Amino acid sequence: MKEILKAENLHKYFHDPDEFHVTNNISLAVNESEFVTLIGKSGCGKSTLLYLLATLDTDYKGRIQINGTTVTGMTQNELARFRNEHIGFIFQFHFLLPEFTVLHNVMLPALKLNKLDIGTIENNAVDKLDQMGMKSYALKLASKLSSGQQQRVAIARALINTPSIIMADEPTGNLDSVNTGIIFDIFKNLAQQGNSIIAVTHDKDFAANSDRTIEMADGRIHQSINNQKPV
Amino acid sequence: MQGTNLDIAKIQLLSRKRQTAIAILGVTFGIAMFILMISFMKGTNEFLLEAMLSSTPDIHIFNDIKTDYSHSITDEYFDTVPHHLAIVHHTRPKNIHKNLKQVNEIITDLKNNPAVTATSPLVSSHVFFNCGPVQLNGVVEGVDIKEQAQLYDLANKMRTGNPDNLLSADNGILLGQGLADKLNVQMGNSVTLYTPSGKFMRFNVVGTFQFGIGLVDNIKAITNINNVQQLLGQDHGYITDIQVKLKNIREAGKQATLFEKRYGYKAEDWKSANSSLMATTVVRDVLTYVVSFALLIVAGFGIYNIMNMTIMSKMKDIAILKAQGFTGKDIITIFLSQSLIIGVIGSVFGIIAGFLLSYAVSRIPFPPSDLVSLKFFPVLFEWRFYILAVGFGFITTLIAGLMPAIKASKLDPVAILRG
Repeated sequence: MKEILKAENLHKYFHDPDEFHVTNNISLAVNESEFVTLIGKSGCGKSTLLYLLATLDTDYKGRIQINGTTVTGMTQNELARFRNEHIGFIFQFHFLLPEFTVLHNVMLPALKLNKLDIGTIENNAVDKLDQMGMKSYALKLASKLSSGQQQRVAIARALINTPSIIMADEPTGNLDSVNTGIIFDIFKNLAQQGNSIIAVTHDKDFAANSDRTIEMADGRIHQSINNQKPV
Repeated sequence: MQGTNLDIAKIQLLSRKRQTAIAILGVTFGIAMFILMISFMKGTNEFLLEAMLSSTPDIHIFNDIKTDYSHSITDEYFDTVPHHLAIVHHTRPKNIHKNLKQVNEIITDLKNNPAVTATSPLVSSHVFFNCGPVQLNGVVEGVDIKEQAQLYDLANKMRTGNPDNLLSADNGILLGQGLADKLNVQMGNSVTLYTPSGKFMRFNVVGTFQFGIGLVDNIKAITNINNVQQLLGQDHGYITDIQVKLKNIREAGKQATLFEKRYGYKAEDWKSANSSLMATTVVRDVLTYVVSFALLIVAGFGIYNIMNMTIMSKMKDIAILKAQGFTGKDIITIFLSQSLIIGVIGSVFGIIAGFLLSYAVSRIPFPPSDLVSLKFFPVLFEWRFYILAVGFGFITTLIAGLMPAIKASKLDPVAILRG
């Protein structure tokens, strides 16, 4: 099976206010079409690890390879381009641009990538929104939606460039149980469709539905649990 | 790709209409005030310069009183007795003749000079003006009024009467308005002029003029050349001054030196004749630019602040864009184009507002004054000011937008996402 993401010996330090070893010699790999969840107590370094893997944070020691490309040591501009094409990132707080319409928010990464013409991009964006059940909100301003709706739009946005890997930082952390359920189902579907996913979560049920759960503690990988493939 | 960045810039600007409007107003105000200030102050300078020129010839050739009297004794001693030392203590002027010799030759020579457009001979003398008990000292100038008209526009400076009255009237004289007021005479009255040597003559006032400079209007009288010659008891060849108008007024200093060497008389250009006024002009010019640029810089800081605040409030958006693959260059493009849009729109409104304000000021009536003959506040309309204002406004907004944009482009998205 092809490894879509491979990290070797990751060390990350916080220098302020005190020297703190956030991730200590972490190595992990995610296979193609695998749904991996990262769990652990607050402050165990799981979000930091995710940011490192997402190339958003470059101040670390070790090596990261995504889809066969070594991203460690790339310049900021190369990384930006790489993220644009290969990584779909979903934040805990949706983080949509409030002045833009839902459709425009979803289209932006594709417009940036500039590989398709605007009509195709728009069709793709509408498709993704439809997949999230948000098609009817396409022309509304992002700031007018509820949190759960915004998170679904954010997922559509993460998918627009058909990334090699989807990364999510507590995608349900800010949602009520109804919306958590909806997001849950979406992730299950995405996993079934063969997307490679790595998600940080606090939610035990959410983790139990993934292929593999990695539990972190004190900056190290505590244990790795293989779950049953969800039906 | 550029299109996407511009789209983002446009949408963000439009969604913050009030903030955008305030930023645009800041630029507009700065540029409008700059244009108003510089047009008004330059207009004032121009007016003063013109007033100065209207009463001063470009070059004025006259027989300056010299303090070197050595020639008065050389004939007696050195011609006959060689190697003789003579010491003369405190020589006194003797038989000073203020007139120019070979006037006709000099005038003919000047008329052939390609740099000269007009010349006019003049007889000037210090006189006392008498009208009843009032006695004032001043200067009378005897001129050929037709030639004088080529040098400066006397006809437009007349308060009453007409310069041509001198040609028709017997012993006609034009008085400065200030002088006429002090003597309490009007057109049609008569006034007596006394020379320092005691000769006197009666003149009929046929007009009053006002140059707008007290120094001239309060002491000067103009009459025909032969009247002054008669008053002084001199013959028709008696000329004390030659006034010269040049093709290029900027060459006055250079030409004056040449004339001095060529004719052996003192030649004074308009700048040295008005050196005190010239000094104030320079000071005012500097002041104009200092105040105007201060205005633009203040406006620039306003734009910088607004752009800075905008970017601070957009930190999260910047992090989102970066996480999705927008580069630092994209971020700079987005925010820089925002400030440039503000700069361009603000500049256009600024030019319009600046022109309207300047025009309004140029229509405000100037308070009536004896010293200054102005109907409205002087304003100079010149396209160079507008180009300067727009250029500076553009550069200020560029810098004011560029600095926070560069800062934003260097932002680490994680630092913001982590909170």
